[in-house]
Amino acid sequence: MGTYIVKRLGQALLVIWLAYTAVFIAVQSLPNDPVTIFLSTDSAADPATIAQMKAYYGYDQPLFVQYFSQLLGLLRGDLGYSLSNGSEVATRIGEVAGSTLILAGSAFVLSVVFALIIASAASLARGGKLRKALLNLPPLMVSIPVFWLGLLLLQLLAVQLGVMSLFPDGSFMSLAVPIFVLAVHLSAPIAQVLIKSVQEVNRQPFIEVLRAKGASEAWIFYRHTLKNAAPAALSIAGITIGALLAGSVITETVFSRAGLGQLILQSVTAQDIPLVQGLVLLTAVVFTAVNLLVDLIHPQLDPRIVTSTSGATRSLVA
Amino acid sequence: MNATSNASSAVIRIEDLTVQYAQGTVAADSINLEIPAGQIVAIVGESGSGKSTLTKTLIGLLPQGTEVQGSVRFGGTEVTNLSLSDWRAIRGAGIGLVPQDPGASLDPVKTIGSQIIEVFRLHPSRSVPKAQWRSKAIELMQSVGIDRAESRLDQFPHELSGGLKQRVLIAIAFALNPQLLIADEPTSALDVTVQRTVLEVFVSLARKKGTTVLFVTHDLAVATDIADRVLVMNSGRLLEDRSVPALVAQSTEPYTKALLDQAYAHQDRQQPSTSDDIAITVEGLGKVFGKGRNEHQVLSDVSFEVQRGTTFSLVGESGSGKSTTAKIIMGMHPATEGSVLVNGREVANISGKQRYDLWRDAQLVYQNPDSALDPRQSIGSIIAEPMVNYRLGDSARRAQRVAQLMDQVNLPEQLVGRRPGELSGGQRQRVAIARALASGAKILVLDEALSALDVLTQEQILELLDQLQREEQLTYLFISHDLHVVERISHRVGVMCRGQIVESGTVDEIYSNPQHEYTRTLLAANPGKVLRELADSRTA
Repeated sequence: MGTYIVKRLGQALLVIWLAYTAVFIAVQSLPNDPVTIFLSTDSAADPATIAQMKAYYGYDQPLFVQYFSQLLGLLRGDLGYSLSNGSEVATRIGEVAGSTLILAGSAFVLSVVFALIIASAASLARGGKLRKALLNLPPLMVSIPVFWLGLLLLQLLAVQLGVMSLFPDGSFMSLAVPIFVLAVHLSAPIAQVLIKSVQEVNRQPFIEVLRAKGASEAWIFYRHTLKNAAPAALSIAGITIGALLAGSVITETVFSRAGLGQLILQSVTAQDIPLVQGLVLLTAVVFTAVNLLVDLIHPQLDPRIVTSTSGATRSLVA
Repeated sequence: MNATSNASSAVIRIEDLTVQYAQGTVAADSINLEIPAGQIVAIVGESGSGKSTLTKTLIGLLPQGTEVQGSVRFGGTEVTNLSLSDWRAIRGAGIGLVPQDPGASLDPVKTIGSQIIEVFRLHPSRSVPKAQWRSKAIELMQSVGIDRAESRLDQFPHELSGGLKQRVLIAIAFALNPQLLIADEPTSALDVTVQRTVLEVFVSLARKKGTTVLFVTHDLAVATDIADRVLVMNSGRLLEDRSVPALVAQSTEPYTKALLDQAYAHQDRQQPSTSDDIAITVEGLGKVFGKGRNEHQVLSDVSFEVQRGTTFSLVGESGSGKSTTAKIIMGMHPATEGSVLVNGREVANISGKQRYDLWRDAQLVYQNPDSALDPRQSIGSIIAEPMVNYRLGDSARRAQRVAQLMDQVNLPEQLVGRRPGELSGGQRQRVAIARALASGAKILVLDEALSALDVLTQEQILELLDQLQREEQLTYLFISHDLHVVERISHRVGVMCRGQIVESGTVDEIYSNPQHEYTRTLLAANPGKVLRELADSRTA
């Protein structure tokens, strides 16, 4: 187990370092340096000011100095300074990250709950028609765009029924509705994979053996099938973090919430490259951290993962 | 006949049972059967004979929408119309099940202990008090011969061998002392020596506890070894219901006789005159998998020769290295040491073009014809594919050759446009053989090529292989764990154990006068002891 954790941790750090390097190379391959790009909208930019700003932000240094000083900064949690208002990138992100964390985190938990409910109901439903309807729910949910459902609910709840405000006012509804919208979208792939995986587990001979032991369908589902089916759904849940961040951007825009989504939008519009760089790195870190967590949970669910020879640890999950 | 016994002691009484599946197949047809307490009854039949349907009816696990007519009584209770909750009370407590595939029959993510104790948890009223569950589980494991039972409670199924897993499943089935135990091919996935010990444990436990056993198997030799009474099923009908000696001596049913003929068949092969025309030479072959700490020697110093036009069999249990040997000969794995000559060409470490050339002369026929054929291609294009790969002939010539090959393997011409899914298992294996011959290969490596087939289908494929060998001067390297089949097809046999050939010789030498300890153990474990003892009483 110890070597397994160290190995996963090492891989996670490697991924973050590669992400940093990729972002650095991408920025360097832009036709101009970030300061020149940022000031290009301002036609009257003074070359002297540009040179001064470049020196201030360190863009006049040799490439490898830039690479290592930024990497060193990253290790200390220092992501440089935003061009648009001069404050630290880390601070700007920190200001709004909490709001997004609440939205995305709650939506994630809710989506897992939705997926579990749909999968259990679909697996345990006695009637063929009900089961069929439940099985078709995830494809329907995944095909509903986040912004469409968001606008629809705003129209219905805020404009027509007046039970929530159009803008975030700290009320329960103004948080619950965006979370719900995001969760509906996210739970679809998780539910789909979970159902598929449950069906696969149900075809295993040991399920029949459990019935022969006298176990009820619910007993089999909750005590055996679910634990066997969980790893596949967990892997998908880890991957949906990407969709979660993208969905947050849209949801925040639709519901006019402050958050990373709006910050990303602003930074791209203003061509504030250090800020964009910081946000991309943050996404990479979050993505890697969540998938590291998924990897660490897997052995708890399936004992075969660690004890099988080290080379093929994930092969059972795939 | 044993079937006539005191009605009050009958554990199972079936009257006029007919089972029809939702799609219309009648899987059991007017079956009458009575089993007295404590009897061990074997049901023998091929896949699709209705034997599984019968056992599923007895434990109430038929799929939804299945129509059941007639009466099935278990200890006096009519069970054909039981509610789900009544069934749950019977299953596991009154009727136990020992399943077919020990590898997949335990929940992989739960410990052994929790899966044994689960039976107590499901039937608390029939079990010992909760405080004793753990010690009872240990006691059960010891009763089926599991060593270090206490420490194994916390192990997971993948940490146990197949034989141990089956013992755990037997312990679970016996946990609450059920009146009836249904064993569904419980040992067909195990090696012969393991099969023997597991069967011994199982039968002695059933005898000791007086459990009635319904033992389902495709193997007449196993059935006659353990049962008091044998039922033969075919196409949903009960053809035969006799005691073991009566079955051998008095059976008049043609199907039963065919099964007996198969079980009694011996090799009738002429030893071909020794020539120095050698098709395959293996010398000092060694293979190591893994590196460093995980290093694992799978083959060491394997040497043998296969004369052209003869069959050499490698026989051994799983993990003995026989399939690895076959793969190295086919150039699919590099050898760590030693040399392999096929038609005089070194193939121990080949790749690319050399492999392409080798496969024109030597072809592999796999165990499972279902997965070895592309389900989306027609039979014709499957057989023609090697000719396309080796650019042999034009399409008209190929079609002609396909027709000729299909005729050679006795496949009806009209199957040429069908897909593999529309064929029977035996027909699919014929397609695989035809494909192997299509490029003109004269050497076939047959890796457990008969193991997935029913006994009588095996018989037909054996005949086909024999006929092809004589007509085409084919050389076979036959890989198998089945001693009976090996005895019939081979000229020479090599016995493999832990990566080494411990003994090799002609079939006669190996089977009548085994020299090595392991060969003797293997032969002693081979089922069919009772059949051999009864051989003289046979009227046919």
